[in-house]
Amino acid sequence: MPRRDDLRTILLIGSGPIVIGQACEFDYSGTQACKALRDDGYRVVLVNSNPATIMTDPETADRTYIEPLTWQVLEKVIAEEKPDAVLPTLGGQTALNLAMDLEHHGVLKKYGVEMIGARAEAIQRGEDREQFKSTMEKIGLDTCRGRLVKSLEEAREILSEIGLPAVIRPSFTLGGSGSGIAYNREEFDQKVQRGLDLSPVSEVLVEESILGWKEYEMEVMRDADDNAVVICSIENFDPCGVHTGDSITVAPAMTLTDRQYQFMRDASFAVIRAIGVETGGSNIQFAVHPDTGRVIVIEMNPRVSRSSALASKATGFPIAKIAAKLAVGWRLHELANDITRKTKACFEPSIDYVVVKVPRFAFEKFPEADSRLSTQMKSVGETMAIGRTFKEAFQKALRGLEVGSFGFGCDGRDLWGTPTQPSIDDIRAKVARPDPDRVWFLRYAMLAGLSIEELHALTGIDRWFLDQLLQIVELEQRVRDAGSLQSVDDTTLRQAKQAGFSDRQLATLLGEVELDVRENRKSRGIVATFKAVDTCAAEFEAETPYYYSTWEDEDETPPKADGVKRVMILGGGPNRIGQGIEFDYCCCHASFALRELGIESVMVNSNPETVSTDYDTSDLLFFEPLTSEDVLNIADRINPDGVIVQLGGQTPLNLARALAAAGLPIIGTSVDTIEEAEDREKFRELLDRLNLKQPASGIARTLEQARKEVSRIGFPSLVRPSFVLGGRAMEICYDQSQFERFVAEAFIVAQGQPVLIDRFLEDATEVDVDCICDGTDVVVAGVMEHIEEAGVHSGDSACCIPPHNLSKQTVSEIKQAAVNLAKSLGVVGLMNVQFAVKREGSEDALYVIEVNPRASRTVPFVSKATGVPVAKIAVKVMVGETLPEQGVITDPIPSHVSVKESVFPFVKFAGVDIALGPEMRSTGEVMGVSDNFSLAFAKGQLAAGTVLPETGKIFLSVASPSAKKSMVDLARRLVKLGFELIATSGTAEALSQAGIEVETVKKLQEGHPNLIDHLIDGRVQLIFNTPRGKGARTDEGRIRAASVLYGVPCITTLPAAEACVRAMEALRSEPMRVQAMQDRFMAGTASIDR
Amino acid sequence: MAQAALALEDGTFFLGEAFGHRGTVTGEVCFNTSMTGYQEILTDPSYRGQILTMTAPQIGNYGINPQDVESSHLQMAGFVVREASRVASNFTATGTLDDYLKAAGVVGISGIDTRALVRQIRIQGAMTGVVSSEILHEEKLVQMAREAPKLVGRDLVQEVMPSEISQWDEPLASDGTPLRQPTEGGEFLPAPQHTGEKHVVALDYGMKWNIARHLVSQGCKVTVLPGNATANEVLHLKPDGVFLSNGPGDPEVVDYGVSTVRDLVGKVPIFGICLGHQLLAQACGAKTFKLKFGHRGANQPVLDLDTGRVEITSQNHGFAVEEETLPPTLEVTHRNLNDGTIEGIRHKTEAAASVQYHPEAAAGPHDSSPLFLRFREMLN
Repeated sequence: MPRRDDLRTILLIGSGPIVIGQACEFDYSGTQACKALRDDGYRVVLVNSNPATIMTDPETADRTYIEPLTWQVLEKVIAEEKPDAVLPTLGGQTALNLAMDLEHHGVLKKYGVEMIGARAEAIQRGEDREQFKSTMEKIGLDTCRGRLVKSLEEAREILSEIGLPAVIRPSFTLGGSGSGIAYNREEFDQKVQRGLDLSPVSEVLVEESILGWKEYEMEVMRDADDNAVVICSIENFDPCGVHTGDSITVAPAMTLTDRQYQFMRDASFAVIRAIGVETGGSNIQFAVHPDTGRVIVIEMNPRVSRSSALASKATGFPIAKIAAKLAVGWRLHELANDITRKTKACFEPSIDYVVVKVPRFAFEKFPEADSRLSTQMKSVGETMAIGRTFKEAFQKALRGLEVGSFGFGCDGRDLWGTPTQPSIDDIRAKVARPDPDRVWFLRYAMLAGLSIEELHALTGIDRWFLDQLLQIVELEQRVRDAGSLQSVDDTTLRQAKQAGFSDRQLATLLGEVELDVRENRKSRGIVATFKAVDTCAAEFEAETPYYYSTWEDEDETPPKADGVKRVMILGGGPNRIGQGIEFDYCCCHASFALRELGIESVMVNSNPETVSTDYDTSDLLFFEPLTSEDVLNIADRINPDGVIVQLGGQTPLNLARALAAAGLPIIGTSVDTIEEAEDREKFRELLDRLNLKQPASGIARTLEQARKEVSRIGFPSLVRPSFVLGGRAMEICYDQSQFERFVAEAFIVAQGQPVLIDRFLEDATEVDVDCICDGTDVVVAGVMEHIEEAGVHSGDSACCIPPHNLSKQTVSEIKQAAVNLAKSLGVVGLMNVQFAVKREGSEDALYVIEVNPRASRTVPFVSKATGVPVAKIAVKVMVGETLPEQGVITDPIPSHVSVKESVFPFVKFAGVDIALGPEMRSTGEVMGVSDNFSLAFAKGQLAAGTVLPETGKIFLSVASPSAKKSMVDLARRLVKLGFELIATSGTAEALSQAGIEVETVKKLQEGHPNLIDHLIDGRVQLIFNTPRGKGARTDEGRIRAASVLYGVPCITTLPAAEACVRAMEALRSEPMRVQAMQDRFMAGTASIDR
Repeated sequence: MAQAALALEDGTFFLGEAFGHRGTVTGEVCFNTSMTGYQEILTDPSYRGQILTMTAPQIGNYGINPQDVESSHLQMAGFVVREASRVASNFTATGTLDDYLKAAGVVGISGIDTRALVRQIRIQGAMTGVVSSEILHEEKLVQMAREAPKLVGRDLVQEVMPSEISQWDEPLASDGTPLRQPTEGGEFLPAPQHTGEKHVVALDYGMKWNIARHLVSQGCKVTVLPGNATANEVLHLKPDGVFLSNGPGDPEVVDYGVSTVRDLVGKVPIFGICLGHQLLAQACGAKTFKLKFGHRGANQPVLDLDTGRVEITSQNHGFAVEEETLPPTLEVTHRNLNDGTIEGIRHKTEAAASVQYHPEAAAGPHDSSPLFLRFREMLN
């Protein structure tokens, strides 16, 4: 049965901003779905609030709404576009929840919209704990034993069924407080009793513990004829107890017999059928008792998930694309396998390699957060590696993580053999506790002589994985024992490379320089070979060129065709705070631009979540870690005519020098220029020449120098390490003691690079500029005025295009300065400049904060705000097409106002202070668009999940005395809007004096009821709290942390508070409207009268 | 580390590590794309005389166990893997793969670029080859590979079939875990158990044990006869149905099997699997041909032409029934989605059907196990 003809328009819901647990994988799946549905002739309407996505490019869908993801907004879109169906299974949990909201509020019925992919009942059955459990029981599958109890006696009864250890979870406690595991009867009684006390409904869930069981996932697809296939099985390296998103995972399952695997396969089909997911993909998680083989179903996701993205990249099978096709009626066997083109999509991929995914964490950004891994996901990104053995893939994945390691130890970060080598007690403690560092301690444990059995007992990690790690350690010792590069025999060297050792590790083990190892092994003929990912283990010929490296006989890289140019694009690796989807967006656009020019694009990246690692984004895809060795190995085979390093964030820039030194043709802005912009002295000279100001600044390589510099520069000053992204370890110091503390940290993070010290401009407005330069001409693509004052990391502050407060003259000064900078530096491609505008007397004084001759995080936002494909234009410039040749002559002037708002992961890190600062902590962004600033900002807030209240109480607290005056003004306006105000004594007094009615609330140390009590009772709807001191231990910090826990929006800067009040005022007078991006840019760009 | 080498008749040569039994063997080199089930594959008599390469790179991870056995001994000549696990990690494991091959006299080689080998076979077609842990000399081995007997024209059934009549009474799930099947309504319940006894005579050309287990679990009394039994010998046992098993080698030379089946068609309901399918086809007048490199794996999609649904099947065959030679008495019931070859046939007027693939799985998916129920229903 081919596609359904009764559908014409299909609504696709995106997943919104990047947050922990929902990242680029849904841009990848949504983009595939859009393409698949439009190929079938459907009209696709897309709604997503995240501008940094390929799916929200105007070419991807027919109608694109960059609007807040709420069911009310979706209703407006539905009213406008009249879709026949909504496809909710490709936009993560967000889309699924929204579709259910639309269903529950009767919107789908009202407009006659059919839910395709999965019906509401099926979603309900899959998501509701009790319904799921009873459905599993009905089909004879086991789930976790246990149930809800209301008394200790009841709990004891269950204990006889489930045994110890047991998990106790009180119902309805925030952040899961009171949850725990009981290992003996005494503990059990205590914890149950405490849970009953803590639970507002005196109820606890008592369940058998599956901690330490083996964990598996099955990625399943089903079509409307009930044909079902398993695309991929995934085995978790970390046993149950660690969220699968935080686990190291391996594909395919490595330690199941066929009998056990087939049982799980049958069970998966039974689950998808019983839950009733009619078409598309589902993910089913299992736990297996390691000693008895008992299998239980943990949960199922009736939709495309993060694991399906991983499964797609691991096998080459495009799950999202096929899921979209199945949703509109195609049968699996009617669809082609895109990789082989000759066979059908109805089959189960067989893979002849091993895939390892390793999560990337950002605990360094949240030092107060608990780094122990548990059932709540905390990682911010992931890297995937492919190798012919687990050993190889594992070591590749560890270096792809980009945390300074080049494999399983034996590199600069290795503590073994150093004075800080951990003791055996440390090692035992560390391996027993799952956290991001555990993996390194597994190696120390083996070096310290712990046996596989002991380690298995401590960690629950399968013996087979442990033995693989032990084999790596044994090889390490063999290489080390050889003593020198000359005395290592070919076999050992080749085996080490086959086990994933990098040249850097070998160099460390042999006391050599990395490049010497490289030359030496090449002279012995030990070179990387590349194999195709083909879904079928070579049974059929693969048409799609998707490769990974290994160290075997045959290389499958296609030779370069005559007359065809090849350009290599280096991606950004795993998502992290400060470097994420925005850079992947730029890399994808590089591929698109090269394709338009008939140049072969070669993508190199290690991030399985992304569009850049989709098999049809580029002409050639290399799924590889981004280290200089790995990139050079690829270059040796493909001989690129150009290498693009300026789009993937800091990752490729950090490789640029080494790659250029090795003779690779870096195109666009030269490596020298990139470094010049980072060189303080040269940069100062340039600014002088251009007559531009810069805050007083200095550079220090030693603590002594730093002290000298700061005494010259004065306080407040900004301290930060050079060559890092995302404001890592960047702090504002107001006095010497703060300085001493922060500068020490900065030197550690700098890892040998100097530390930078700048005068900090208080109360200045920060402005970001993105421009494109072809070496001669410059186009300023976007001038973004930040909402939050300078001092808040640019990645964390909201910003606005066009500037909403700055004067025309200041904006034109800013543009001119950017143009002069780009020309003088000789930029070819993208450049981002950060300015600070400080009111000095009656004049705006312009300061240059920094210049980055590379793609910035704001490129996609600028593109969406202006309708100009900034990254594409820049790439064409890099390969030699000038701006005039491309017809890009004037700066775009948008006809509407676009506000970017940042989205933070605080909800995952209980107790962390949310006050904004110079260290970036946001994971994602949203965009609000309207005709005026106030409504655009309001949309931005809504999209970011900050629901501005319409009535109720607002808590005000302002730190600096100078800001009190502005606060009084805001308070007056809030009262006028009908809000009640509460404040602690100081602020309350100031407001009362100004004649504003305010309720005084106790400070935390003044006893109860204080603000936190009010929060608990739901009596405060919004908090304005600007920091005096930061940190979770301060009163303010505790208030802000509590606001996250109790879901009350908390605004931490005065400018943002001002913008919020404007937004609330605007929402009173005009309704929020939705508009498709295609309509906004239909009439071209018009100038705006401000 | 002891070395081993593999050579093909076209001159391809690999040097790797020896594992399993030390020795020198020749045979047709083929590959299997199943990612699990190496023990079932090693004990499948259809691999008699072959050198098998697993495409999955790491083999032996979960060791070997007493349950996952498909015949009385290992049948393969040589076993080729990228890496053999030195540990056995599974609660069912009783030993390592290496020891298993040693005890069974199967020569193994590991540490070679198995993907390159597979690609060579895919491009050139199936070839004879040699694996040796005694001779590492390239020219010598290539010469041996060229001189080794080819698979075409060889009757390997004689080497694996039983010599005497026996009864089979073990049902599925000998390890105590019920092998459960999702039913059509999506429920996940124990496989249907027929109580009414029907007598099935299984002609054993190298039968996988899981076939017999399936028949018993369908409520059949199973009598196993050697593959060279005559129709009279079969009919003398008064069976309600006859089952034709899988088996190794070239189906064209198993003329005794063909003639027995020819005499049975129309007299008793027949169901055949793999070689049994090829024998039924030949008995009805069709011919078989050698596939370029065969179907071996657990992911072969087969379209059931009656229902329009697809089964993911376990397969192991180097020969297939030639479409053009199909007599008018036979109709195609199943087709391979990858290459369109015949995967199942049915006699238009008599109770006789067969499939080229392995509904008994082991190793592989259980999608096709309802075929045993279909056979059971033919017996009523």
